[in-house]
Amino acid sequence: MNQIDKELRRFVIDNFLFGQDDTHFSDEDSFVDQGIIDSTGMLELVAFLEQQYRIKIEDEELIPDNLDSINNLVKFIEKKLHAPL
Amino acid sequence: MQVETFLELSAQRFPDKTALVCGNRRLTYSQIEEQCNRFAHALMAEGVERCDRVAVYLDNSVEAVISIFSSLKAGAVFLMVNPTTKVEKLTYILNDCRAKALITHAKKLQAIKNCWGQTPHLRIIVVAGTDTADMNNTDKRFVFLDQCLHQRPLLSQPPTKKCIDIDLAALIYTSGSTGKPKGVMMTHLNIVSAATSITTYLENTPDDIIVNVLPLSFDYGLYQALMGFKIGGTVVLERDFTYPYAVIEKIIREKVTGFPIVPTISAILLRMDLRKYDFSSLRYLTNTAAALPTDHISKLRKLFPHVKIYSMYGLTECKRVSYLPPDQIDIRPTSVGKGMPNEEVYIVDEQGRRAGPGIVGELVVRGANVMKGYWEMPEETERVLRPGPLPGEKVLYTGDLFRMDEEGYLYFVGRKDDIIKTRGEKVSPKEVENVLYSLEGVAEAAVFGVPDEVLGQAIKAVIALREGAYLAQEDVLRHCAQHLEDFMVPKYVEFRDTLPKTATGKISKRELAVHT
Repeated sequence: MNQIDKELRRFVIDNFLFGQDDTHFSDEDSFVDQGIIDSTGMLELVAFLEQQYRIKIEDEELIPDNLDSINNLVKFIEKKLHAPL
Repeated sequence: MQVETFLELSAQRFPDKTALVCGNRRLTYSQIEEQCNRFAHALMAEGVERCDRVAVYLDNSVEAVISIFSSLKAGAVFLMVNPTTKVEKLTYILNDCRAKALITHAKKLQAIKNCWGQTPHLRIIVVAGTDTADMNNTDKRFVFLDQCLHQRPLLSQPPTKKCIDIDLAALIYTSGSTGKPKGVMMTHLNIVSAATSITTYLENTPDDIIVNVLPLSFDYGLYQALMGFKIGGTVVLERDFTYPYAVIEKIIREKVTGFPIVPTISAILLRMDLRKYDFSSLRYLTNTAAALPTDHISKLRKLFPHVKIYSMYGLTECKRVSYLPPDQIDIRPTSVGKGMPNEEVYIVDEQGRRAGPGIVGELVVRGANVMKGYWEMPEETERVLRPGPLPGEKVLYTGDLFRMDEEGYLYFVGRKDDIIKTRGEKVSPKEVENVLYSLEGVAEAAVFGVPDEVLGQAIKAVIALREGAYLAQEDVLRHCAQHLEDFMVPKYVEFRDTLPKTATGKISKRELAVHT
C-alpha cells in the first residue's frame, strides 16, 4: 500500500465510517455502491483532496472514474501530481 | 383508472419515444411496456395474486421502474424500500405487510440473508444481476429478473386487469411517532388523483423531460417516474446526486425541462460554478420536503432567471398538499401556496372550527388524494383520518400547524408532534432513541431536531452514559449507521451527566432544545 492509498483510506474511514472499517471495503469497491459516500460527502472528499495534495480539481473531473474507489482516487491523484503545470 | 395505465396509454400513443434514460440505457415506451408485461406474467406464474404485496428493494434503476409497473400489472400492491435500509427494518417491513415477493439485486443478498429465516410469508425473491453466490440455504424461491424479462416472448401482452381503482396500489412506509414505521395505504384512485393534480399545476406536456435524482422509495422521487409516464414524457433517472456535475452534464445533454429538488440539492447547486452551462431547456424547478431558505430562492432565481420555481408542501398521507404559483415566489417567498387543483385545504383551531386568516391551527386536507389509512394500524389511522363533511367521508388531519394570509396563502408554522423533518424525510425520534438505547453503556438518550439551513432540521442526540461506561461520538454514530437508514443518523451527539426531567419524570426535550 503506498502513502496516498493509506491517507485516503484513513480519511474515508474517519469521515464516512466513523473511525472503524466494518465494511472492509477493498481498493476497488465503489464508494457509492457500498453506501460509503453520498453527495455532501463527495464535496468533503474533494475539499480534502484539494487541500491535502495542493491540486485543483476541475468540475469535469468530478466523475466516478476519478473518485469512486480508492484505486480510482490514487490513479487520479498521481496523474494530477505529475501533470505538467 | 389504474396506475399502470399511465404506462399502457403512453405505450399506445408514443411506442417509439424514449420513456426512460438511466445510466447508458435508453428504453422506449413499447420496450418498457413489453418487459413489464412479461415480468407481470412471471410474477403471476410464481403465485403473486391480486392485492399481494411486492417489496422492491433496489437502487434507482431501470429494474426498479419495471418492478413498479410489473407489480401493478400483476394486480399486486408495490412498496419501495429505501436501498439503505438495514436488515432488521427490512425484516420488520416485510413481515408487517406480509410481502409475498421481494425484488432486489444480487449484490444486496449477502447483507440481508438473515431475514430469510424470519419472514414466513415471503416466498419469492426476484434477483436482478447474475451473481448466484447468496441464493442457497433457504426455503425461498429465487428467480432471475433477466429470465422473467427475456424468456417469455409469447407473454408480451398485458395481463387481464383484476384491480379496480379503489384497490390498493402502493404502501409507502413512513416514520411514526411510536418508532414503528407505518405503511401508508394508497389506492390507484389516490395516486391517479394526486398525479393528475400535480401534472396539471406543473403544466406538464409530453415534451417534458424530467430528471430524478431522488430515491424512488421517497414518494417525491417515485412520483417523478409515475407522472413522467402519465404525461408521456421522458424520465431521466439518476441513482442519486453524489456526482452533481455528472448530473448537470446529463441535464444539459438530455435537454431536461423539469428538475425536482430538495433544499440539500439546492445548497449543492448554489456551491457549484454553473455559469458555463446552458440551461435554456430547463422550464421548471420544484422544491418540497422542507422549505427553501429565502436566500436560496433569490440565488436560484438569479442563476435560472427563465425557470419557474415551484415551492410545494406535502406529506406522504396525501402525497401533496399545496404549491405556490411561480409568479408568487418573489411576492411571498415563505409561503407554500394554496391547495392543488381538485383538493380542498383548510385550517382548524383547537376547537375544530375553521380558522380565519392569521390564526394558527392544524391543516386539514380533503380530496381523492387522501390515503386510505395506515396498514393494519386502526388507532393511528383514526387519529389522522376523521369524519369529513359528507357521510362516510374522511379528511386528513396533517399534524402540521399552519396559518393563512388574507389572500388564502399558507405558511408552515411547525409540527404538533415531535417528528423531525430532515433532508425531506420524516424521522421518528423514538426510532433513533430505540437504537441508541440498544448500545451498551447508554443510560438515557433523547433525540430531537435542531434548525439547519440545508437539512431543514438536523438530528441531535443527547446521551447520558452509565456509570463507568465510555463511549466516543464516533462509537455512537457508527452504531447508528449500522442500524438506521443514512438520513436517520444524527448529525450532532452531545454527552451529559444526566438529562433534564419533567415533573412526571420524563426526559424534557423542551428543556434540551432550549439549552442546546
